[in-house]
Amino acid sequence: MAQTKRDLLIDPLVDNNPITLQVLGICSALAVTSSLQVAFVMALAVTAVTGFSSMFISVLRNQIPGSIRIIVQMVIIASLVIIVDQVLKAYAYEVSKTLSVFVGLIITNCIVMGRAEAFAMKNPPIDSFIDGVGNGLGYGALLLVVGFIRELFGAGSLFGVTILPTVNNGGWYVPNGMLLLPPSAFFIIGLLIWAVRAWKPEQVEEREYKIQVVEGH
Amino acid sequence: MEGLLSLAVKAVFVENLALSFFLGMCTFIAVSKKISTALGLGISVMLVQAITVPTNNLLLTYLLAPGALAWAGFPNVDLTFLGLICYIGVIAAMVQILEMVLDKFFPPLYNALGVFLPLITVNCAILGGSLFMVERDYNIAESVTYGLSSGFGWALAITAMAGVREKLKYSDIPDGLQGLGITFITAGLMALAFMSFSGVKL
Repeated sequence: MAQTKRDLLIDPLVDNNPITLQVLGICSALAVTSSLQVAFVMALAVTAVTGFSSMFISVLRNQIPGSIRIIVQMVIIASLVIIVDQVLKAYAYEVSKTLSVFVGLIITNCIVMGRAEAFAMKNPPIDSFIDGVGNGLGYGALLLVVGFIRELFGAGSLFGVTILPTVNNGGWYVPNGMLLLPPSAFFIIGLLIWAVRAWKPEQVEEREYKIQVVEGH
Repeated sequence: MEGLLSLAVKAVFVENLALSFFLGMCTFIAVSKKISTALGLGISVMLVQAITVPTNNLLLTYLLAPGALAWAGFPNVDLTFLGLICYIGVIAAMVQILEMVLDKFFPPLYNALGVFLPLITVNCAILGGSLFMVERDYNIAESVTYGLSSGFGWALAITAMAGVREKLKYSDIPDGLQGLGITFITAGLMALAFMSFSGVKL
């Protein structure tokens, strides 16, 4: 293994971010970013599930027969998600109501499955756990950035605490209601991808067609 | 009947699974490069959705809901916490069965859809549909309608997206926005267009 444990944790944050580069786990990500608190809980839940599922799958990796490995991984992931779901219902009922179906959808989140299949099946438990947590954090980081922008400019608050007093409450800030609606999440992620790729040009995708200037004539 | 019709219209346009709940986004982005493949995947999703949502509804009503096991002599048992693991099991099994049935009786359709069927098990639109059915307490007739129309809405969205992307590849896009970035922004614009069906609520 050329990668150190530190690399496993840090790498997925920007250089190999699951959302901007691997195109994994966008599914349940965007809908939960309209407020920062919900995004934070979701990021935490996904990190926990990715980390532990990678660890358990890695512990069992030599016992799992190849032909039924997907089913075994599914059962492990689904059990972990049920635990997270029950914990949220018990200790953070309000947030779990807002997250509604999206906690359950962590099961089909491609990050969890992708890390299990690509990393945990070939590596020892500790490394797998760190890799899972790293990818969860990479996902969480993007979620928090989007949540930050949407809540601050859409509702003028952060974690429910007013930062920019809105006109309705006698302040000066006219909130941009558009940011609380689903399409804005697409725009913000698209622009974030642009920003990350402007910073790290090696992530730019190849063009399928090039416009060429023909000399002469 | 009118209630079912309005539910169907709502599921296709206003609450489109892909564009207003972001479900099935991974496949939505990955498989929308060509209209023909997008259409094949869309039809498979519709088919699987129309089967799994009512099946999971029956499972919930007769096995998992509080008091549902009264017919077996356990009126006080509440198994709802097992829901998630049961729904995903049903989905995986249904996809497998559908694959075998299509292979045996409709080989041309199987050859056209074959590649996409296994992918559908991990498509969040399918599990999402079942979870919405549970959360909104649909009965069996509503489940059938919801399954069919939400699947249709998803198919519509991915086919439209593929149509846009087929043209988009000829345009001159800034380097960093190439590929994934511009796809997201296109999806955002499509989501805006779909929102106009309900009238933008600000």
